[in-house]
Amino acid sequence: MSTQLEEVPTGQVAPDGPSPTIRIAPFPAAPDPGAAATAGAAAAAPDYVVELQDVSCYYGAFRAVRNVDIQVARNAITALIGPSGCGKSTLLRTINRMNDLVPSYRSEGRILLDGQDLFDRSVDPVAVRRRVGMVFQKPNPFPKTVFDNVAFGPRINGYKGDIHELVERSLRRAALWDDVKDKLRQSGMSLSGGQQQRLCIARTIAVDPEVILMDEPCSALDPRSTLQIEELMAELRREYTIVIVTHNMQQAARASDTTVFMTMGEDRAGFVVETGPTAQIFTNPRNQLTEDYVSGRFG
Amino acid sequence: MTASTPAAPPTTTPAPAVPRFEPALMRRKLTGTIFYGACLASIGVLLLALVFLLIDVFSRGLPWLDLDFVSGVPSRRPERAGILPALVGSFQVAMFVALFSFPIGVAAAIYLTEYARDNRFNRLLQTNISNLAGVPSIIYGILGLALFVRLLGLGPTSLAAGLTMTLLILPIVIVASIEALKAVPDAQREGAYALGATRWQMVRRSIFPAAAPGIMTGLILAMARAIGEAAPLLLIGASVFVTFLPNPIEGSYTVLPIQVYQWSSRPQADFQGISAAAIIVILALMLALNGLALIVRARLARHIHW
Repeated sequence: MSTQLEEVPTGQVAPDGPSPTIRIAPFPAAPDPGAAATAGAAAAAPDYVVELQDVSCYYGAFRAVRNVDIQVARNAITALIGPSGCGKSTLLRTINRMNDLVPSYRSEGRILLDGQDLFDRSVDPVAVRRRVGMVFQKPNPFPKTVFDNVAFGPRINGYKGDIHELVERSLRRAALWDDVKDKLRQSGMSLSGGQQQRLCIARTIAVDPEVILMDEPCSALDPRSTLQIEELMAELRREYTIVIVTHNMQQAARASDTTVFMTMGEDRAGFVVETGPTAQIFTNPRNQLTEDYVSGRFG
Repeated sequence: MTASTPAAPPTTTPAPAVPRFEPALMRRKLTGTIFYGACLASIGVLLLALVFLLIDVFSRGLPWLDLDFVSGVPSRRPERAGILPALVGSFQVAMFVALFSFPIGVAAAIYLTEYARDNRFNRLLQTNISNLAGVPSIIYGILGLALFVRLLGLGPTSLAAGLTMTLLILPIVIVASIEALKAVPDAQREGAYALGATRWQMVRRSIFPAAAPGIMTGLILAMARAIGEAAPLLLIGASVFVTFLPNPIEGSYTVLPIQVYQWSSRPQADFQGISAAAIIVILALMLALNGLALIVRARLARHIHW
């Protein structure tokens, strides 16, 4: 549990306080070896699916995220919290290389998925996205039937098995089957907001990813649907690894195992302040910035 | 108004400085009513013009319209004249236009929206395509004459006419398709990518089906324009007197608008009559085409469930 704490606390925050507003400084080796060494020492014990090592993200000349180290444990829910604009979504969209689609975007550092560097030249982002699925802020079912929505991913990825069986299994896993089993030929768009979001989750797990990224999946939903999604996440955790960005701190507190608190410096670059077991982050944060944020004094 | 300005300095505590409203509800409602009336009148003008046109055309042309007219060939004597060659010519041109403009236009639109980078060159390209839609059709006639009739040696055939008309309507098809593609939310693109779709799969399976009804509408409207155009075809050698069914790649041809043009320019009243009858046929053709568009649109939309 506490093994995930090494990389951040004081070492990362201190340089920001005096705000060394360095624009194009890669920060090459200074913080990295230490972090890598501790990570290496710790890696033996817990099982990390995704490891972000010294990741920085840029939109053109603007650095949106700097020198982030995060380790995502297998079959756990990791929540990214922090004020708007601190780069949570950017970071999330980097993990499945979704942001490669943004023309001015580029990233530095390493993101290891099961030990393989996703930024490596030999890695095809299209292949990454099947292994690292994504659920978006606003439910975005395709304007197709419920069935075709779930079957979309398997079909484009050349699924050879029984598609009907797979669709049913995915919908069951997403706790949506009972709602839609008589509506499989209806439009995915005709479902309620919460059902649409669960449809999008069913669609995501239909391609059997290792990691599911969720970018504020409940922000467009009512409290009841939000609760359903959270219960679903707890269920999905048995088979998948989930990384969720949320603005809702209660949600992070309720639903996640590990919480990563991010904020941004004066150069507006987001960075990680503190990482730890969710209970500790919310009850006994080690960093003043974290405490201010989770207690509602800031952000 | 004068009363509100000195109230600005916040010397006192919360309560004062009540802004004064002048609702003038009657006046605001009246403005709305006037605008509503203006909109209604505009529609009225349009409808009136249409009704007069239809009454005029039908009253003159209907007496001449019968099966013999549709299945006959032009003649010096109006009572024996028919429009079959022109009808067939129009069909041939329309078929060629559909054949060429659909794949080229849609592919160009997909390139510009889904593949091309958003740089100055591509923006310039898009602007110019829009401008091309406004170029007078006679210019396309000159281009078609030089390019298809002479340079490619197609001669005055309905194939050359179809290619010329394709150039004429391509900008319309492209612009309409671009609009239809852009109307598909980016969330749809991301949704497809997030499942491991390649760009082509994203376009083929997600974006294109969603945009297809809009694309079809644009295409059909463009086709209607191509069927109604006469000017460019006058330049590229559509004959005015064809008494046989045209061969699409050889010999002469004519189309309905040219036939109308030719007959209506004659002094005899009877020719005015058959000219009006031919116009009715064009209108019927347009109506049929629009009906087809509705059917195709509905069929495509069946697979889309917004």
